[in-house]
Amino acid sequence: MALLEVNNLTTRFYTRDGVITAVDDVSFSVDRGEILGIVGESGSGKSVCCYSLLGLVPQPPGKIECGSAMFEGNDLLACGELALRDIRGDDIAMIFQDPMTSLNPFLTVGEQLIEPLIYHRQYSRSEARTRVKELLDEVGIRKAADRFDSYPHEFSGGMRQRVMIAMALINEPKLLIADEPTTALDVTIQAQILGLIAELQKKRDIGVIFISHDLGVVASIADRVLVMKEGQVVETGTTERLFTTPKEEYTRRLIDSIPSGSKPNIMIQTEGSHSSEIIKVHDLHTWFKDRNSVEGEYVKAVNGVSFDIQHGEILGLVGESGSGKSTIGRSLLKLVPVTSGEVIYQGQNLVELLRVQMKPLRRHLQMIFQDPYASLNPRMTVYDALAEPMLYHEVANRKDIGLKVLQLMDDVGLARRYIRKYPHEFSGGQRQRIAIGRSIACKPEFIVADEPVSALDVTIQSQILDLLIELVKDRNLTMLFISHDLSVVRYLCDRTLVMQLGELVEEGDTETIFTSAQMPYTRDLLGAIPQIPGRV
Amino acid sequence: MDESALATTSLRETLVSRATNESSQVKQFEKGTSLWADAWIRLKKNKMAIASLYVLLALITLCVLTPWISPYGYEEQNLNLGAIPPSIAHWFGTDVFGRDLLTRVLYGGRVSLTVGFIATSVALFIGVLWGTISGYLGGRIDIVMMRIVDILYALPFIIFIILLMVVFGRSMLLLFMAIGAVEWLTMARIVRGQVLGIRRQEYIEAALSMGLSTPTILRRHVIPNTLGPVIVYATLTIPQVMLLEAFLSFLGLGIQPPQSSWGLLISYGAETMEDYPWMLIFPGLALSITLFSLNFLGDGLRDALDPKASKD
Repeated sequence: MALLEVNNLTTRFYTRDGVITAVDDVSFSVDRGEILGIVGESGSGKSVCCYSLLGLVPQPPGKIECGSAMFEGNDLLACGELALRDIRGDDIAMIFQDPMTSLNPFLTVGEQLIEPLIYHRQYSRSEARTRVKELLDEVGIRKAADRFDSYPHEFSGGMRQRVMIAMALINEPKLLIADEPTTALDVTIQAQILGLIAELQKKRDIGVIFISHDLGVVASIADRVLVMKEGQVVETGTTERLFTTPKEEYTRRLIDSIPSGSKPNIMIQTEGSHSSEIIKVHDLHTWFKDRNSVEGEYVKAVNGVSFDIQHGEILGLVGESGSGKSTIGRSLLKLVPVTSGEVIYQGQNLVELLRVQMKPLRRHLQMIFQDPYASLNPRMTVYDALAEPMLYHEVANRKDIGLKVLQLMDDVGLARRYIRKYPHEFSGGQRQRIAIGRSIACKPEFIVADEPVSALDVTIQSQILDLLIELVKDRNLTMLFISHDLSVVRYLCDRTLVMQLGELVEEGDTETIFTSAQMPYTRDLLGAIPQIPGRV
Repeated sequence: MDESALATTSLRETLVSRATNESSQVKQFEKGTSLWADAWIRLKKNKMAIASLYVLLALITLCVLTPWISPYGYEEQNLNLGAIPPSIAHWFGTDVFGRDLLTRVLYGGRVSLTVGFIATSVALFIGVLWGTISGYLGGRIDIVMMRIVDILYALPFIIFIILLMVVFGRSMLLLFMAIGAVEWLTMARIVRGQVLGIRRQEYIEAALSMGLSTPTILRRHVIPNTLGPVIVYATLTIPQVMLLEAFLSFLGLGIQPPQSSWGLLISYGAETMEDYPWMLIFPGLALSITLFSLNFLGDGLRDALDPKASKD
């Protein structure tokens, strides 16, 4: 018998705008010793599905309409809040995306871990301490005895996630539900956490439900995969089968949208104008004052970086979080104060220019931001957002601005009828289209794109990437593409720079880097990319 | 909505619209694309807010026109009459000197409403500007500007006003300015707190990368996003200011008898509440109606100015 068997689960939300069926007649099962991956784009109901099982869906507005979830002979959906609370603590545990919000910042990690043992298992304090230290050791926290008295903020993101896993395992659960546990982590850390989950699952012979939007991650960890779309199960099967021979159209589309392989027709447009740099960066330093340091030390976010950007190319910049890649992008556009170095554009050193002198250059140098939810002013319509740069730089006048905005919307693939809408009325992908439209409004020569697709679903991501490629080609743009996602970079970029701790580690043609990386750090990064069966 | 479907619809729409007359389409979009025009459209849908707006406008009109429409003067005494309850001749009754209460309430409204709106506007103007600049520029400027606010907070307000009166003599204008000069402090703090959060948003960085000047960024991107709390606080400030005026007048620092204001009428009414309840009820009613209307209007404005609040 399966460990957990869910049948015909339906969850609806009764909101002011109508009834939303978040989970629609979903059935699946998980066995002991099995990892079930649930994938789907945002809004597909994959999280709500698992929250419904544990009674974590707020009711109202949520309501579990029907279905059953048999777990060791109990129906989770029928057993009532009290019984469910016991099961939640003891037999089913959860890990979430952001470990920081799940840990109490005012208690040491050890204190938080021994609590359940003392109160629920009647351990004595010293027994609990020993047990917790064993566990911390088991989840790969080095010097567990020393870290016992540390506070959550003293751990890195990956370490915090390890603590969360220890916390989840403390009551020896039989089923572990992991909701996007690696989404906030760097690719190398992600690989470690995935390895840890797989290892613990084997060792303890427990069932795991692994929820993620990232097909690569799911492919690398799950035994079986469930694909969800709009609350319904699209397809289910073993990982191998599902990724190599998907039956459903939607699954195929999902898999196809994962960027893979190298950039199509690479460097075609640069042949004529090869070797002409648009921007030369020489010995760039950007240091910030360290707020936590008493002696006024500096955080050396960018520390002596030199590179050129060629006309018409898409230059990739990869690195883990904290490597300074975003700071480079912002330094080029002088959005952060640069400490020293040169950024030569049109014969001028941007670093030395005053704000007034920068203004006429601004329209040629633009930026696309990561989070399309934060990069658009919530009180400006599409029209306002797109018209503002054109009017300000006098690319258009009051008379023809309306027409220009409409043309711009056509260019980035936004329907004209949306011109009067506000940002919150759009999906993430559409918002990113608005943001892209705003950055190309004044026909710039150079654009810094800072993780422009990392907040987007995979199918939307591939559309935005295609839009970027098309714009770069059609408008003769040059782009610095900053990303932590190496497969995206491989798909998009002509050349690639690899950064580590504020310094350039490796530089070269994208394909050369991907096929024969020289530096160990680059090889680590590449090795950590989750592999999808049937792909090279 | 499905992105690819959107892209196709957008393509189809493009073709169709190119075929149709483009200029008419453009004109249609140009009209009322500003936040304020949209806010007005949304406000009109809020029945409570619109009703409140009409009540306020009616009240203001009445107060303004009182000298021409009222059969009595505000200082016209009729000692034979004394204090009488509401009657046909005197709808709100009369006070102990036989002065018509309706007339006095309307005249009092002139003072109270003027104080309320002017002092609040002064507070709003200085407070928003001060808070925005302080919060947005940050660093030393922020420290200096906020310490000035702290110092002003610490000044004993009454002594400050008495001093002003002694130096410049007593006048309505001075009263408004004195009240406004006190009320802007809290506003500046609220706005600064808001701006500190807004400053870190990516859309501000986007505006910087566009090369917009600081005043433009403040005007177009920062201030509009502080409006929600500002409006709520402004509607709370108006009654506060009216009561402050009553307090000052009571101390003999504000309006002088026989002139009156709602605050003064209420405080006299409260003294004689047991004998002549109408003297408290009617001025109190006038003040309450105004405050209710202001609150509804403020709430409506806040929602109307927030594109996220309404789904249409």
